[in-house]
Amino acid sequence: MGSSSVAATSWDVGAVRRDFPMLERVVRGRPIAYLDNAATALKPKAVGAAMGRYFDEYCANVARGVHTASQEATSAYEAVRDRVAGWINADGADEIVFSAGTTASLNLLAQSLARPRLGAGDEILVSELEHHSNIVPWQLVAEATGARVRRIPVTDAGELDLEALERLCSERTKIVAVAHASNVVGTILPIERIAAIAHRVGGLVVVDGAQGAPHLLVDVRGLGCDAYVFSGHKAFGPTGVGVLWARRELLQGMPPWQGGGGMIASVEIERSTYAPPPARFEAGTPAIAEVIGLGAAIEYLEGWDRAAGLAYEDGLLAEAVARLAEVAGVRCFGQSERRVAVLAFTVDGVHPHDVGTALDAEGVAVRAGHHCAQPLMKRFGVPAMVRASFAPYNTSADVDALVRGVKRAQSVFGV
Amino acid sequence: MSELDDLYQSLILDHNRSPRNFRSLGAPSGTAEGKNPLCGDAFTVGVQVEDGVVTDVGFTGQGCAISKASASMMTTVIRGKRVEEAEQLFQRFHQVVTGNAPADEEARTAVRKQLGCLSAFSGVSAFPIRVKCATLAWHTMMEALRSAGSEASPEHQ
Repeated sequence: MGSSSVAATSWDVGAVRRDFPMLERVVRGRPIAYLDNAATALKPKAVGAAMGRYFDEYCANVARGVHTASQEATSAYEAVRDRVAGWINADGADEIVFSAGTTASLNLLAQSLARPRLGAGDEILVSELEHHSNIVPWQLVAEATGARVRRIPVTDAGELDLEALERLCSERTKIVAVAHASNVVGTILPIERIAAIAHRVGGLVVVDGAQGAPHLLVDVRGLGCDAYVFSGHKAFGPTGVGVLWARRELLQGMPPWQGGGGMIASVEIERSTYAPPPARFEAGTPAIAEVIGLGAAIEYLEGWDRAAGLAYEDGLLAEAVARLAEVAGVRCFGQSERRVAVLAFTVDGVHPHDVGTALDAEGVAVRAGHHCAQPLMKRFGVPAMVRASFAPYNTSADVDALVRGVKRAQSVFGV
Repeated sequence: MSELDDLYQSLILDHNRSPRNFRSLGAPSGTAEGKNPLCGDAFTVGVQVEDGVVTDVGFTGQGCAISKASASMMTTVIRGKRVEEAEQLFQRFHQVVTGNAPADEEARTAVRKQLGCLSAFSGVSAFPIRVKCATLAWHTMMEALRSAGSEASPEHQ
């Protein structure tokens, strides 16, 4: 966690807040305290504006037409590919595939990267803290190939057990699928070390960057992983668009997953040949407006002093951890030294769902439930947790509202 | 009274703390499992049906205060009711928690009277996301009654 005092002086949260109209909302008579960023981040005005310009001024399909608007749309769409490549330090725009989101990206990798490599007895390792979207696609491909999905345990602190990973890795290990950062306890996984361990046995490392993209400065080549995926909407962009990055030679060797227009070289009734990546993996008309919106979101983020913004949100996390520690009966999960601004907790005697409703009554938006991470709930022996997740537009007032809401829940329930 | 206090009325909090009929039946005529995959609430409801009358009902499982209290209060009102009465009661309950109670005062009073203590759940309508919590046990009990088979309710098959 960063130092809040340093960050607070170099981060103009007031100016940033003005870019997010949703923050002006009043919920149940109180100003909204939006602490559900890990579910979806709010969007700066620039995102809707860019999508609106596409609809109003150059609405056309991409990569097909010869007319002017189609060329403009194609340029705008492909420019986002360049922007994403630069943003995550890919080797080139041809390594960037647009998908419908993290889930779609992981399914594509399971079916196209993993499937041809898997046979009976092979293994896919997934960590115990994964989101269901980084578990179920691997189970599906395992069922189809006779491979097996195995669990990499996490420690009481919510960190990946690297020694266990070393023990699990063998020549049977084909894929190691891990989150860059946990969507529940916020732990940042040591991808470089995981990749080094997996690569020793020839395993490929797939990283779910759904929480990495919004909370970390992502350098896919620096991480040493083989594939990295994320969603637009958790990174301040629109829903319905995601990114899949994989090393060029891996993409080139991957067969198509979905067939259709746009992904072919030539088609005959009996057989077809396929376009090179990334087009090979973008069958059908893509989410053009959403891709353009994602480009606007990244352009907007590039206008920030991103490191200062992230240090600032880490400061809010530290503040929330400290404030909740003072409330008897609150238990926080995950104590990793390296974590993003996502905080999961329970309140003794009050079910997380009821805490969530009490917080809503205070205008505080949080997530309550299993966070699509049932194995992690099981690991910590609880059916559900409350999760507060921060963004650089949140403030100490939001932390105040969170603590107030928790106390309100306790008073309503008489605990 | 705030929306929150209206939701968590003392009767609901009491049933949450000390759920009634929180037990599995020995040899039930029917059982069913109900789950809300979004929040992890999971209950099993067992029913004993004799000559179309629910003679015993119990539940086990875990969930939030609203779902647990709803299950508990449901078991207290349903015992001794005919199967078709239980179905009708659920319909009324559903109307109240979804905020679709009859518009005219007289009809509304009639519904409240019919629901009795279940009216405590009217505050749920201000929190639409919680409707599923309030109705989970009811849906599960209906499933259990169906599984109890034709002898439970011959006229409804």
